[in-house]
Amino acid sequence: MASQEIYYVPDGSKWPIVGTLSLFITFMGGAMMFNNAPGGLYVLILGLATLVYMFAGWFADVISESLAGKYSKQVDVSFRMGMGWFILSEVMFFAAFFGALYYARAFSIPWLGGEGQGLHNGTHEFLWPAFQAMWPMNVMPDPSNYTQYKDTIPAFGIPAVNTALLLTSGVTCTFAHWALKKEQRKALCLWLAATVLLGIIFVGFQAQEYVHAYNDLDLTLNSGIYGSTFFMLTGFHGFHVTMGALMLAVILFRSLKGHFSKKDHFAFEAVAWYWHFVDVVWLGLFIFVYWV
Amino acid sequence: MSTLAHDDHHDHKPTGLKRWFFSTNHKDIGTLYLIFALVMFFVGGSMAMIIRAELFQPGLQFVDPQFYNSMVTVHALIMIFGAVMPAGVGLANWMIPLMVGAPDMALPRMNNMSFWILPFAFALLISTLFMEGGGPAGGWTMYPPLVLQTGNAFPFLIFAIHFLGVSSIMGAINIIATVFNMRAPGMTLMKMPLFVWTWVITSFLLIASLPVLAGGVTMLLTDKYFGTSFFDAAGGGDPVLFQHIFWFFGHPEVYILALPAFGIVSQVIPAFARKPLFGYASMVYATASIAILSFFVWAHHMFTVGLPIKGELFFMYATMLIAVPTGVKVFNWIATMWKGAMTFETPMLFSIAFVILFTIGGFSGLMLGITPVDFQYHDTYFVVAHFHYVLLTGAIFALMSAVYYWLPKWTGYMYDERLGKIHFWLSLISSNVLFFPQHFLGLAGMPRRIPDYNIQFADFNAISSIGGFAYGITQLLFVYIVIKCALGGKKAKPRVWEGAKGLEWTVPSPAPFHTFETPPKLTKEMLEH
Amino acid sequence: MKGNSKLKSSFHKIILALLLTPFSAIAEWGLNMTQGVTPISQEIYNMHMVTLWVVTVIGIVVFSIMFWSIFHHRKSKGAKAAKFSHSTTVEIIWTIIPLAIIIALAIPATKLLIKMDDTSEAKITVKATGIQWKWKYDYLDEDLTIYSSLDEKSAEVSQRNSGIDPMQSVNYLRDVDEPIVLPINTKIRILTTAADVIHAWWVPDLGWKRDAIPGFINDNWAIIEKAGVYRGQCAEICGSGHGYMPIVVKAVTMDEYTAWVSEKKIEQEAKNNTKDMVLTMEEHMTKGESVYKAQCIACHQANGEGVKGVFPSIAGSSVAIEADNRLRHIQQIIYGKGLMPAFGEQLSDVDIASVVTFTRNSWGNNTGDIVQAKEVSEARSKPNVITAGDSKKEKIAKSKIDELARAR
Ligand code: HEA
Ligand code: HEA
Ligand code: HEC
Ligand code: CUA
Ligand SMILES: [Cu+2]
Repeated sequence: MASQEIYYVPDGSKWPIVGTLSLFITFMGGAMMFNNAPGGLYVLILGLATLVYMFAGWFADVISESLAGKYSKQVDVSFRMGMGWFILSEVMFFAAFFGALYYARAFSIPWLGGEGQGLHNGTHEFLWPAFQAMWPMNVMPDPSNYTQYKDTIPAFGIPAVNTALLLTSGVTCTFAHWALKKEQRKALCLWLAATVLLGIIFVGFQAQEYVHAYNDLDLTLNSGIYGSTFFMLTGFHGFHVTMGALMLAVILFRSLKGHFSKKDHFAFEAVAWYWHFVDVVWLGLFIFVYWV
Repeated sequence: MSTLAHDDHHDHKPTGLKRWFFSTNHKDIGTLYLIFALVMFFVGGSMAMIIRAELFQPGLQFVDPQFYNSMVTVHALIMIFGAVMPAGVGLANWMIPLMVGAPDMALPRMNNMSFWILPFAFALLISTLFMEGGGPAGGWTMYPPLVLQTGNAFPFLIFAIHFLGVSSIMGAINIIATVFNMRAPGMTLMKMPLFVWTWVITSFLLIASLPVLAGGVTMLLTDKYFGTSFFDAAGGGDPVLFQHIFWFFGHPEVYILALPAFGIVSQVIPAFARKPLFGYASMVYATASIAILSFFVWAHHMFTVGLPIKGELFFMYATMLIAVPTGVKVFNWIATMWKGAMTFETPMLFSIAFVILFTIGGFSGLMLGITPVDFQYHDTYFVVAHFHYVLLTGAIFALMSAVYYWLPKWTGYMYDERLGKIHFWLSLISSNVLFFPQHFLGLAGMPRRIPDYNIQFADFNAISSIGGFAYGITQLLFVYIVIKCALGGKKAKPRVWEGAKGLEWTVPSPAPFHTFETPPKLTKEMLEH
Repeated sequence: MKGNSKLKSSFHKIILALLLTPFSAIAEWGLNMTQGVTPISQEIYNMHMVTLWVVTVIGIVVFSIMFWSIFHHRKSKGAKAAKFSHSTTVEIIWTIIPLAIIIALAIPATKLLIKMDDTSEAKITVKATGIQWKWKYDYLDEDLTIYSSLDEKSAEVSQRNSGIDPMQSVNYLRDVDEPIVLPINTKIRILTTAADVIHAWWVPDLGWKRDAIPGFINDNWAIIEKAGVYRGQCAEICGSGHGYMPIVVKAVTMDEYTAWVSEKKIEQEAKNNTKDMVLTMEEHMTKGESVYKAQCIACHQANGEGVKGVFPSIAGSSVAIEADNRLRHIQQIIYGKGLMPAFGEQLSDVDIASVVTFTRNSWGNNTGDIVQAKEVSEARSKPNVITAGDSKKEKIAKSKIDELARAR
């Protein structure tokens, strides 16, 4: 709600345009690589490097403004809203992939396997007579185009461990927050470090799982709709965990420098929200991708 | 503390390139958005002119079918993502802080980035037209497997969409934060001008729908380059899955284009009827209902793909239901005019034309929503006529209305009213000559997205093309009027229009570089609408 | 619809006078949806008209009120603005009334939709497969397959700047080389599917269109009540030939239908057995040209130069010139490659031989080579040289053939 305070409107800044350019270069590089154009990789790297430069510079500005006390309560609320709605948009991004998973399991595979009589009469009979609907599906309707896998990753192996890790990291993250509120800097840093560590271990396990899937199980992106949804969902999630861990690491670094106070620690909270979001998405993954 | 709290020196504007590239000022960014949208309207419009030129007569005269298809595709993408959406965001940028009494947008630096992404994203998209294999040519709906046949343009298309999505999401977040966090004391939610309301709701639609599209096009990318099989039955996927994802975005998207237009009209009509907006609260609720319903109607674009009958029925009912809240809006506008004291300056003319022509588009929408009959309408020019009525004589007319309404506030000068009226009447006539005959074409059986057609469709196509050229040339007049107004003319008063209500009219014209640096004290009169 | 046709003709005259275009005279006029020739199409037409009238009446009522207000409540007439700003009663009324109208429309629509959905007890089943850019029809009860592409004449006229006035042919772009023949007064099931991208099968007179989705089959039905020729088009964008894949249905009596089927079967028998035919150069060139116009022109164009960046030029192509590439050339047509569809199943040995000969001796490709049917027949059993050495592509090519085989 509105307040009587004066709102901080920053002076012109170069970071937005640098950010735009960095994304532009990154996309250019990516597109060039897909088209096998020479030099694509270098353009991509240049773009990513500029991106990192932009984030560092932009956040440095924000941090110094914040430390200089320029931000009022109201500015803080704007940041909170920004982060909150950003996370919602991320939720919707994942929703697209969960939707694809649901669709494949509830509609396309059963239809290919002969269900949905009346509507798709003949799909099975005339096009895929040999195909049997199943989930996980390891015999594709047309096996010649796709890699058949030997097995899937069981839920109660690494994934269960990873669930425990991530849930624990959510708890340690909350402990860190409590410590921050009690102004116990040392505890804050320790709990944060634990959170980052758990995140890293998670990603490590995930990487190992991927290696196992590719090398031993022949489970790849090319393994039909199962492989597609499996790797895209876990992959995007893994990417988010990596980003989250990176952000937590920055927060840890800033905590070590004593940036946050009991009242004023939005950056910490934003990253914590993000971390919890990543956590919740994982639960969805664990249940719908690995388990049921 | 107060010197620290504010970096900007009063009445001092940054100059030169820095002012525009580094801007954190909502008015400058709004201006950039609006100019960009106008340029894109012309670029997309030129492509429409190529389409209409090719369709003027049967036979292929000017372009190859492949190029024709990429004109259709890029025309639509540019008009939607480059013209209508940025124009709406530009208006939001300019007006929302003025309307709610805020010093600026809530996140000014991010605001700059959301704008500057646009030219670069369109550079990615438009560059494809010069590539080996040509631009994307599968329609703006990008259905696989056809879109996967795109040549080198493919990754550029996908990344352009990602990029535009980033811009729109940042813009939407900014608007939400501004409205919920930056209102002047006393500006309660139910006191906000309706334009602000429609934009908040639009922002929710953006945040909820664009990431889904981003996910969908990412799947296209991996299907093409990484061997996934989301949209390939041979691997257990389904091409139709993409259509679900696309339209889950796509239908809310059409309301993203329409809701701000509703907001504009709800500002303009009361101003020129000199009467408060009828049914303010029901307008807000109707807008919200439309937004919510818009997430449950997507499959009306897919009636012919072979949905289970229960699905077809559900989506038919939900689609038809949208007519109810939309009707409430139409009736409220008319009730606002009822017993008013109306004058008919250009903004009002465009708004009235909007009410009529949008409703005609809505009526054909309702007809399309009736599933069994859509089996005949689908993918014909009847659909093309429908959506140009709601988009061109709908969204674009409302945007024109907004430009005339607020132009004096932006430039400080009155535009040339006589020319404005000429622009209106020519636009009105030519756009109807352009799109009304397309209803007949569709009913007579002309499919859309074809470069050449049977001679039975020749006459209406010729008429339509003539209307198209006339409409196009008329828009040059619009540019002339805007430029003329920016350069000078009769000085505008702060309250440009006699009946206009709202905070934006309490500041001088042109609005100073910084406004409401301290929250304004709102009087009862200022809060009327 | 007498009033309508009167309206049509006067409208017609006005336009004619306005445009002074000579072509108006031959154009066949259509202003409204066809009533069609099936029970369903008739009902759809009625539903369409009812809705059209409903919205027209709503429009007239609503806008009459608005215009009345515009004329009477204007400031220049001295109107004073009233102050009211809401009225719960009227707001409820104008929520309820539209809702009631919508429900009234939804009920018949629901009934009709349910009726359309029932494909049971069909006598004849035809599977329509969309292929870039032609239709393949399998008569599932008859073991008969036909291909239906744009007719040669339209294909020629439709070339960019062909110099031929399309106004001269009434069925420009709406004729095919092989129409699909169906019996009247019989429940026919039409299954739609596709081999490459999404197409849509639409004949307005039958009352529906249905998407043809690769990998899936959609089920539809029709009972044609009147003999005649009904024309339609592909109705889903499917690439550069989307405007060039018409559909022609010839509805005949059951007896004529049976006769047609047996005749076609004999024809097909002959077509499958051409490997011993030997033609002269002239014969090859004439035959090849007509095959080329029917099958290849959409992509490679009349001048053989294709479309830059999308479809390669055959004129001057090493595949079509070098002696070493004879087999490759033949197999390119049998198996297709990349975006080029496989023609092996559709074209007979002699057709392929002729089109290969034709393309090796046209547009400056003066090889003088003659390819005979026997060579094609042999090429069919040789390994595919185009994808040889490229295991992934080979796989894909193979699966395409499997797909076609399966589709058969
Ligand atoms: C601004 C954009 C916009 C808007 C507002 C709408 C509004 C509506 N649209 Fe439209 N539509 C598009 C843009 C838009 N559309 C586009 C771009 C496409 C094509 C996409 C593509 O394929 O490329 C499309 C396609 C499209 C289809 C798919 C057609 C097909 O491909 O087969 C359908 C089908 O149901 C549909 C329905 C509707 C309906 C029911 C409304 C309703 O919201 C309309 C409601 C309004 C009214 C009904 C009028 C006012 C009401 C009254 C006066 C009350 C009384 C009225 C009654 C009781 C009837 N639209
Ligand atoms: C906001 C959206 C919007 C707007 C404003 C427009 C505006 C116009 N549209 Fe478009 N259109 C779409 C959205 C829009 N369209 C969409 C979504 C599709 C579907 C695409 C698909 O199928 O994938 C489509 C498809 C579409 C088609 C169907 C093509 C096909 O299916 O084959 C046609 C055909 O007539 C058309 C025409 C026009 C015309 C003539 C205008 C005019 O209003 C444009 C007017 C503007 C100008 C002309 C520019 C200004 C003037 C100049 C540049 C000066 C020069 C002038 C001359 C040389 C005369 N559009
Ligand atoms: C759907 C479009 C399409 C149709 C129809 C088509 N082609 Fe092609 N053709 C292609 C494409 C695309 C290629 C390029 C394939 C590749 O190299 O990936 C090609 C390549 C060729 C080549 C080799 C040219 C070269 O230099 O690589 C020949 C020869 C050829 N086609 C002949 C024909 C003949 C003969 C027909 C008709 C029977 C025909 N094509 C029909 C699309 C088509
Ligand atoms: Cu086939 Cu369009
Ligand atoms: Cu829609």
